Amino acid sequence: MYIVEMQKVTKIFGELVANDHVDFQLRKGEIHALLGENGAGKTTLMRILYGLYQQTTGDIFIDGEKVTINSPKDAIKKGVGMVTQHFALVPPMTVAENVVLGYTDSFVLDQAAIEKKVGEAADQFSLDINPKSIVRHLSVGQRQRVEILKALYRNAKVLILDEPTAVLVPQEVDSLFETLNRLRKDDLSVIFISHKLDEVTKITDRVTVLRDGKSIGTVDTVNVTQKQLAAMMVGRDTFGVTRQTEINPDNKKILEVEDLCALDDKGLPALKNLKLSIRSGEILGIAGVGGNGQKELAEILSGVKSPTSGVLKINDKNLVGKDPSDFSKMGMGRIPEDRHEGVVGDLTVYENLALEHLDEYSKNGFLDKQAIRKNAEELIKNFQIKAKPSDRIRTLSGGNMQKVLLARVLSRQPEVVIAPQPTRGLDVGATEYVRQQLLEQRSRGAAVMLISEDLDEILSISDRIAVIYEGEIVGTINAQDATPEKLGLMMSGALREEA
Amino acid sequence: MENVEKPRWRLVKTDNPPFWVKPLIPVLALIGTFILTSVLILLADANPFEAYYYFLFAPLENQVSLLEVLVKSTPLIITGVAVTYAFATGYYNIGAEGQLYAGAIAATGIGMAMHGIPAIVALPLMIVGGFVAGMAWALIPALLKVKLAVDEVVTTLLMNSVMAYIVSAILNGPWRDPNSGWPQSPDIAPSAVFFKLIPRSRLNFGFILAVVLILILWIVMTRTSFGLKMRAVGLGKPAAKFAGIKVERTILTAALISGGIAGIAGVAEVAGIHFHLIGEISPGYGYTGVIIATLGALNAFGVGLAALFFGLVETGAQTLSRALGVPVYLGQVTQATMLLVALGMLLLQRYKFRRM
Ligand SMILES: Nc1ncnc2c1ncn2[C@@H]1O[C@H](COP(=O)(O)OP(=O)(O)O)[C@@H](O)[C@H]1O
Ligand SMILES: [Mg+2]
Repeated sequence: MYIVEMQKVTKIFGELVANDHVDFQLRKGEIHALLGENGAGKTTLMRILYGLYQQTTGDIFIDGEKVTINSPKDAIKKGVGMVTQHFALVPPMTVAENVVLGYTDSFVLDQAAIEKKVGEAADQFSLDINPKSIVRHLSVGQRQRVEILKALYRNAKVLILDEPTAVLVPQEVDSLFETLNRLRKDDLSVIFISHKLDEVTKITDRVTVLRDGKSIGTVDTVNVTQKQLAAMMVGRDTFGVTRQTEINPDNKKILEVEDLCALDDKGLPALKNLKLSIRSGEILGIAGVGGNGQKELAEILSGVKSPTSGVLKINDKNLVGKDPSDFSKMGMGRIPEDRHEGVVGDLTVYENLALEHLDEYSKNGFLDKQAIRKNAEELIKNFQIKAKPSDRIRTLSGGNMQKVLLARVLSRQPEVVIAPQPTRGLDVGATEYVRQQLLEQRSRGAAVMLISEDLDEILSISDRIAVIYEGEIVGTINAQDATPEKLGLMMSGALREEA
Repeated sequence: MENVEKPRWRLVKTDNPPFWVKPLIPVLALIGTFILTSVLILLADANPFEAYYYFLFAPLENQVSLLEVLVKSTPLIITGVAVTYAFATGYYNIGAEGQLYAGAIAATGIGMAMHGIPAIVALPLMIVGGFVAGMAWALIPALLKVKLAVDEVVTTLLMNSVMAYIVSAILNGPWRDPNSGWPQSPDIAPSAVFFKLIPRSRLNFGFILAVVLILILWIVMTRTSFGLKMRAVGLGKPAAKFAGIKVERTILTAALISGGIAGIAGVAEVAGIHFHLIGEISPGYGYTGVIIATLGALNAFGVGLAALFFGLVETGAQTLSRALGVPVYLGQVTQATMLLVALGMLLLQRYKFRRM
């Protein structure tokens, strides 16, 4: 008998079938991976199990008994707990308070008593966490542990972890895996959502693969290779793009950044004497855990934010103090980090495509509509954008929106391409397309900066990798010398490496 | 067995309202307004259907009141257009009322000095003068907005009160009518008066001016590079900035154009209707312009239609009050209700019902 069984579960959002007759069975005491690309329907399936959504059709059984789960409260009552990427903790409160929050009957909290109880629970599950700590002071990995403890404290028998490693540095991932292994020994069942093959093969007993909302099958982890899993996941054997040739070290330095300092939106130092350079025909990957100054760096390189001090030069020409339109005129190809903020959603595709170069598309102040439309039609064709020129851009999918932005920038053959998180939230096809485009820019001779939190992405197409930590580049290494472990150490500030 | 929550109808957000929703909104807004205001009409001891007949149809039945609808629409069209420039750029100019008076003061000042000067010189001078005055009055809030990010809704509104005091100071001071002693300026020169379109009616050149301003608005918004910049800034400031559009400059320009055109509304009222400055030149045309721009969905022809409709309701309110003895205020109540209902619908069109 399974502890959880989902039978032919279907979930429809409007026209979109997010889960299509999915069967899923969870054994007691196993770590079970739910593997699939972005948008495969993993989160949706688990949100149904946790009572956040109701299935359109299909049945759920817990311990062999058919159940209806209307809310997370129901789910918790039935022993199902879920930890998402976005933690639901109250930062100014202690760990103990957060753990019991919403789960005590008494109105007044007896600090000492709850700290003792929570401390005991933490010991019982060997979770290294101090109940007295204020959550605000904890690292992301520790906060995740609090969330896990919160679920276990509510007697969860089934623990759902939605992409738990996405926010962690590699060392924290190891410690999470130790925790999971121990929980497995205590006969707990874990559902581990991921799209990372190495993690799945490392930690899980069985894997269920979802693709386009359908279950492709469930396999024992020991019986499959990563390659086979990848094939199940994307529906073909090869995937991913990689760089082909070595870069010529004599190439000219196009972009140079020196001693760059900047403040974040709260006025705190975000970049501290940051230094880097990119040559023609080179992709420089900027690796790092989110929130270490990547956003500010991208904004400065796009011309929408001013540094407090420092040097920023393209082809030896100063960029500091220029505005975004100067940036593009001087050869900076800027892809916005947040797609939705980078397009004007209620304007059409052709208007958005013309927006960056309006002076070229107007005569005496009047728009040259014919030229604008022709340009749009060409770019739509060349960049395989699935849209009509007159579509409002907000009706496009994320991938197509990104293609519009790429088309606007890359069709100009800029000397520098700034690509912050260019594949975030895109499906496999679109992701591959974007990476391919960046590689083509590289072959053309552009200096490309790829800022990404996805280490696989950085490793697969960069020539050199610079690691950013607390607003500084803590080291730059050649891609062939880079391993995830080494980058992980650098990303957590534990290792500095001078190039 | 747990009790199952039954599927029920819920409101969910949609990004793509079906195409038939938009044209339905004015119709539904009208029906909604009718139902809501009927209560008041019943309280005033009148028959709602009869009342609405006077409101909406009676003014169209004879030439005199038909022309009066156009006369009443003229300042509303102009302030509606003025507000549209600002709102389309995401600058919430609530100060059209004050800007209108700035234009009216300029028109009066220039108009009084035009004795012996032909209309061909006088009229353009007054229009330009009114435009510049409206612009000047809009300048301070606009600068505060782009330089210091001070909320323009507050400042433009405050400027209206300041202007009310200035007008009263002028009318009780230098321009007080020496003959009557009333707070009313001397008349403008005959050559500065807007010519009549139809003899012995009040319909004058101001209406043509209003129609031209609608056409210009349409051309600017749909055909010019500046119009696209304004819309881009209004619809997505970060994206516009990222694309290299000078956001502050665009907002400043739009705010000044908006103020200038509101000033022209003041010119039209002075030169076309009153021929001198009084404190009651505008019964809130500047504020009604906000309603009209919103109801017209910031579209040039939408604004024109909304203004004509309001002109109709205002004329109708007077016919109605005469015929049925209900207060004229009913006209304003109806306009306000209409706005609220329409705003509610504009919001609701982004949602749909779904059983889940
Ligand atoms: N609340 C929702 N409304 C509409 N569509 C949704 C909603 N949640 C998810 N989807 C869509 O369902 C599909 C599956 O999403 P999700 O379950 O989040 O995938 P995964 O977790 O595997 O990345 C995606 O196409 C997503 O856009
Ligand atoms: Mg997900």
